[in-house]
Parts: sequence; C-alpha cells; structure tokens
Amino acid sequence: MASTLTPTPPKAPAAPAVRRMVLGVQEPEDMDLPTDPIPLNMGPSHPAMHGTVRMVVDVEGEKITNADIQIGYLHRCFEKESEYATYTQIFPYTDRLNYVSPMLNNVGYALAVEKLMGIADKLPERVSYIRVIVGEVSRITDHMTCLGAGAMELGAFTVFLYLLKAREWLYELLEEISGARLTHSYVRIGGVSGDLPDGWGAKLLDVIKRTREVIVECGRLLNRNRIFRDRMDGIGIITKEDAIAWGVTGPVGRSTGLDYDVRKDHPYLVYDRFDFDVPIGSVGDNFDRYMCRLEEIEQSMRIVEQALAKIPAGPTMIDDPRVRLPSKTETYNSIEAMIAHFKVIMDGIHVPPGEVYSFTEGGNGELGFYIVSDGTGRPWKCRVRPPCFANVSVLPKVLPGLFIADIVPTFGMINMIGGECDR
Amino acid sequence: MGLEIYNTTVQAAVNWARKFSLFNYPFVTACCGMEFMSTAAPKYDIARFGAEFPRFSPRQADLLIIVGTITERQAPALRRVYDQMCEPKWVIAFGVCASTGGFYQNYSTVPGADQIIPVDVYIPGCPPRPEQVLDGLVLLQERIQRGEGHSQIVLKAEAGHDVPIAAIRPRDKQPHGAK
Amino acid sequence: MAQIVLDRLVATFTGGEIEQIGTQHGNEWARVRRDAWRAVGAFLRDDPTCDMKMPTDLTAVDRLNRDPRFDVVLHLYSVTKKHRVRLYAGVPEDDCNIDSLMPVWPGLDWFEREAYDLYGVRFKGHPDLRRILMYPEFVGHPLRKDYPKEKRQPLIRRSGLPGSPE
Repeated sequence: MASTLTPTPPKAPAAPAVRRMVLGVQEPEDMDLPTDPIPLNMGPSHPAMHGTVRMVVDVEGEKITNADIQIGYLHRCFEKESEYATYTQIFPYTDRLNYVSPMLNNVGYALAVEKLMGIADKLPERVSYIRVIVGEVSRITDHMTCLGAGAMELGAFTVFLYLLKAREWLYELLEEISGARLTHSYVRIGGVSGDLPDGWGAKLLDVIKRTREVIVECGRLLNRNRIFRDRMDGIGIITKEDAIAWGVTGPVGRSTGLDYDVRKDHPYLVYDRFDFDVPIGSVGDNFDRYMCRLEEIEQSMRIVEQALAKIPAGPTMIDDPRVRLPSKTETYNSIEAMIAHFKVIMDGIHVPPGEVYSFTEGGNGELGFYIVSDGTGRPWKCRVRPPCFANVSVLPKVLPGLFIADIVPTFGMINMIGGECDR
Repeated sequence: MGLEIYNTTVQAAVNWARKFSLFNYPFVTACCGMEFMSTAAPKYDIARFGAEFPRFSPRQADLLIIVGTITERQAPALRRVYDQMCEPKWVIAFGVCASTGGFYQNYSTVPGADQIIPVDVYIPGCPPRPEQVLDGLVLLQERIQRGEGHSQIVLKAEAGHDVPIAAIRPRDKQPHGAK
Repeated sequence: MAQIVLDRLVATFTGGEIEQIGTQHGNEWARVRRDAWRAVGAFLRDDPTCDMKMPTDLTAVDRLNRDPRFDVVLHLYSVTKKHRVRLYAGVPEDDCNIDSLMPVWPGLDWFEREAYDLYGVRFKGHPDLRRILMYPEFVGHPLRKDYPKEKRQPLIRRSGLPGSPE
C-alpha cells in the first residue's frame, strides 16, 4: 500500500557548528549584541500567503519564537447559508469551499446527503465512475496549483507556468462537462447533472498523457535542484504523533509517515476496484509534502485511466422520484410531472430526519460533512469538517525555531485554502 | 491656444503610458484568485496588455485588483491598502463577490468592495472567465485614456479644473477604522 | 464496526455517564453526561481496544427548542483500529460551558475556539479561548438560530453609502 518512492534520501539538517561555519550564522548565545523580540505582522494581504491569513510572529533577529496564525478573513458563512438553502442549492456553496478541487467537495457533500436518504448504495454504477473520474481530475488540479504556487514563491517561476499550462487543459475538459471552469456544481444528489459528452474520455486520456510529461519535467527541474532542496529539506517537520493528535490528514499527514487515506482505508464509490498506490513520507518536512503531492498526481492519473477503461454505460441519475427531476418531455406534458418538478426544486429534497457524518478524501485530507436533518427540504445544520483547518492549526507548533524565510515554503506546502479553512 | 493643445497632447500621451504599464496589486482573497492566476498564465496572458507585473506593495502599485470576497474582517485591511497607494490609482472589482457581494448575503461579507473604496471597473462572473477579465482590463484602459478613472477625476478637481459635481465623492480623510 | 467502542464505554462507565448509545447510517454514537466529558475522552484515547488518538471534528449544534439547548459533538477516529465514534454532550443555554478536551487532544484547540466563536459555548480549561473566525469586535454568536443571517456589524464603510456608520 505504501509507495517506496524517494529519489534521494532526505538530508539531515546541518549541525549547528557546520551552520555557523558555512553560513556565518551566529547563535544568540555568542552574539555580542542582544536582540529584542519584535512582533512581525504578515498579512492579511500578503503575496506569499495563499488565501488570506494573518500571521503575527514574534521574532528575535530572524528566528521565530512564537507564531499566532489568525484566520477568518474569508469567513463566508457556509453553515449559516446552508441552513437557508435547499439541499441542491448548497452545491454552489460547496464548490467554493476548496475552490481548487471543487468536484471533490461536491462529491463529498452528495454522498453525505445520499447516506441520510439511504440511497448511497443504490447509485447507478456509471454515476460512481463519473464521480471518481471528475474527483481525481480535481485532485490533480489541486496538487498542481499547490506545487506551482509553492514553487513560484521560492523563485521557480517556470514550474508555475508549466503547471498552469497543464491545469488549463484540465479546466477546459471540466468546462465541457459542467459548463464552468472552476465552480462546477456538477454533482447532484442521486447522480450527476449531465452525462459525459462523446469523445470526452479520449480527450481526457490525451490530456493525461501530456500532463504526465509536464509533471515529469517539473520533477526534473525541482527534485534535485540544490536551491529548492536546501530550502525545503528538514524544514517544518511535523512528527507522526503530532499529526495524529492534531487530526492532520491528507498529503500533509501522509508525509509524516501516517498511513491514512480514506480511499484505501474506507473505500467509497468504486475506489476499491482500482489499483493505485498511496505515497507515504518518512521525515515530515516540506520536501516530503512536495513529493507526496507530486506522486499523488501520478496516482490520480492512474486511477482516471483505469476508470475510463472500465466505465459502464447507464443512467446518470438514480431513478428515485424523491430526488430526480422528471425529464423535460414529461414535465411539459403531464401535470403530475410538473408538480413533482416544482416540489423538488422549490421545497427541496425531503431528507428524513437524522444525522450523519460522511467522510471522503479531499484535496487536503479527510473532508467530512456532518449533516443534521429535521425532515424538511433544508438542513438543520450542514457542517464541513475542513481538512486544512486541522493542517494549519498545527503550524503554531511547527513554526517556532524556523527563520522568517522558512514560513514561505512551509505555508505553501501546507496548502491552506482560505475558502475551506474559514468556510 | 498652443498651450492648451500642448497640455491635452501631453495629458493624452501620459495617459497612454499609464494605461499600458499598469502595475497591479492583486488583493487576492478567494476562488477568483484561481482565474486571476489563469489570466496571468501563458494561455490568456495578461502580459500582452502590459499589466503582468504584480507589485505586492501598495506603494509601488497603481492598479488595485480586488479578487474575491471581502469580509467585514478584511475590510480595514483593504481600506488601508487603498489609502497607501499613490495617485493616480485605479480599482478593478474582480468577480461578483467584490462587485456586489455575490450570492453571499450574510453577517460576514461586505456587499461589494465599493462599500469601502471607489471602484472603477466591475468584472462580474463567478469566477469570470479570463476573457471577461481581459475585457474588463481593456475597458479600464480606455477609461484611463479618457481620464475618467475616479482618482484621475479627483486629481483634476483638486487642480482646479471643471468636473461634473456628481462625478466625485467627498474624499474620506480619515484613516481606516476612525469614525 | 465500532460497536466494540460502545460496548467498552458502557462496560467501563457504569455511573450513568453514558446516557444513550446508538447507530445511525453507519455511525456509532454515544451521548455523554456533561461532567464526564473529559473522563470519557481520556478513556477513549488511552484504552488499547479503542485507541482513538485522532480527533477529527468538534462542533456544536443548536437544537433551539430543546433543553439543553446546545449539543457539543465530537468525532473521534482511530488510525490503528480504523473505527470512529461520535460523542454528544448536552450544554444548557444559561450555563453554557463544558470542559475543554485540550489536555486530552491538543489538536482540538482551534475547533473549540470555533465552537465558542460561533455558538458561545465556553470551554473550561482552554488556554486561549478567543474568537477565531469572527473579528474581536463582533457581538453575538452568529450560528445560533436566533442570530439573523443578514445582520451585519460593519467595521468600516465609506461615508454616505447605505450601511455607513455616519
């Protein structure tokens, strides 16, 4: 299950004596002049902070002694809006949670509501395959954006442009099926909103072939790059025990050695039919997080290829009158279908009362939806368990001891997405 | 007579130079940031229009692009960034959240960035396609050429020229947060 | 699959701390008495059969017309045994506090701050309980059912526009 991929063994951080000699750094003990601790404010609008976050770090010289990370600058009230919207109207809100991998949020939310209704295991097979394919394509765009932005902040602008070029190809494909490049709202409760167009599968395979070449090239540019390695190796180490105690999952958690991937441990949809590896890191530093993501792109591409080969024909929506909209010919020609259409849209899908916590593998880790239903067409509570909320909450423990310049790659590899962290 | 032609020609030339060398400050908050990255990426290339250079300091930028939702918590930071920019400065509201609040009408979002700072061009879309962004940028460039950006009009009024009264708003002299 | 956790809980806490257990839609859950919150949490973390070392989520639910009004909901996971459980604790509105679980799982820091910020549930023993998603000047707890969705408390507005302070 674990992948044994590490191109070069991770470098141990240099011992203090060597550092002093090589870098000319003076530890505070042997400095003549004492330093005063000063608070340094980074953000909330800062070029190197993905999304808006404010970090108030206490520094002595360049070394951080205390980091206070203040989030909430993008709090768009997902939960409150969900209480006023029908279950189908929540899909656009879920798009904007982790907005670099919107399909994964859609799929996670749809699965939660379907579990509450008891139809999660009755979905047509084609629906499950389509959801897996578009989810993995979204995961690829997520990781590419993270790596591209992270590399750009360290100065590797070329990698950023190459990865964005590849991301454009994927955006065009997702736009063909859903109509929007970024905020798709493609999934519906009980199925997906539209079938895959003809020839889409062949186009996707071609794009994957070209994306693989781009990923290999970016790996060649960065993996053994002296500057990149020096800035990422040994920096921002999260231990496995901390990852478990803080609830850190996803590529960040797996880079610490924690062997937890929801797709493998608790398979949902049709993930158990595909053969793919899960990259596990060993040290838990920035470079491990980078490698985990890079390898996960490759594994996602493998899943998509296998899924496209095996996808069956069939309906794209479950035939349950509680959730499906009647076809247009029926709606316009019979009064019962028109009323049913009206009720499903205006009243919302009536979900039986109950509570469920449904979890899937989001781009950053375990994406959970805890939905409390009171029997009407609008949820009583729709909570997102955001993976990057837990990932970022471990940073105040990781940052002290690093230099200010180390914040940039560390924060970049944690991949905080403001829409998900603040909801 | 000659002096007027000289002034208007110089002004036109200066505006031409300004519009084709915009240094933008992308105030990125949310999902629209992804489309901003796409616009700056090779396929839709904002560099063709001269506006590729993001300057992440408000002192060095003249175009503030508000990308994404502005929340009440973020508003003082936005106001402060805008106040720190030097005239002439222009503002683009990128996306519906920055234009009117989008579909977020709740206790935490500001219904449009123009509640906080004057905006010159609004680019609707959730998120807007890169082509829409470039269209908005060209619209702004045309306004700059004609001298119709908010800050250009205010400068003209302060220099003593005649401007329509409705075109300017009273300039807020207080720094952010002050009553 | 996590029935063994519920069985261990019922077997260990015999003094009425576990008020109710159940399974719904594949999730096992237990309702815990408020004063036993930390004891139950510590047991679930340390007991080798349960081994729930990873807290995945802590939130609160406003039940509105029920006494106690709020439910603090905790989701736990065990990476070794791969089972989950959900714990509820009822918190009344007039005595809106509960023990903090930070001594048990330090990672619940931000989750508890968020439950305090949005619902007003205070966590006794939390070292730094302040608002996390809303700004410090905000008054009220927005996710409570009686807070209107569109009631804004603006920090700053351009003068002369609707909603401006002057």
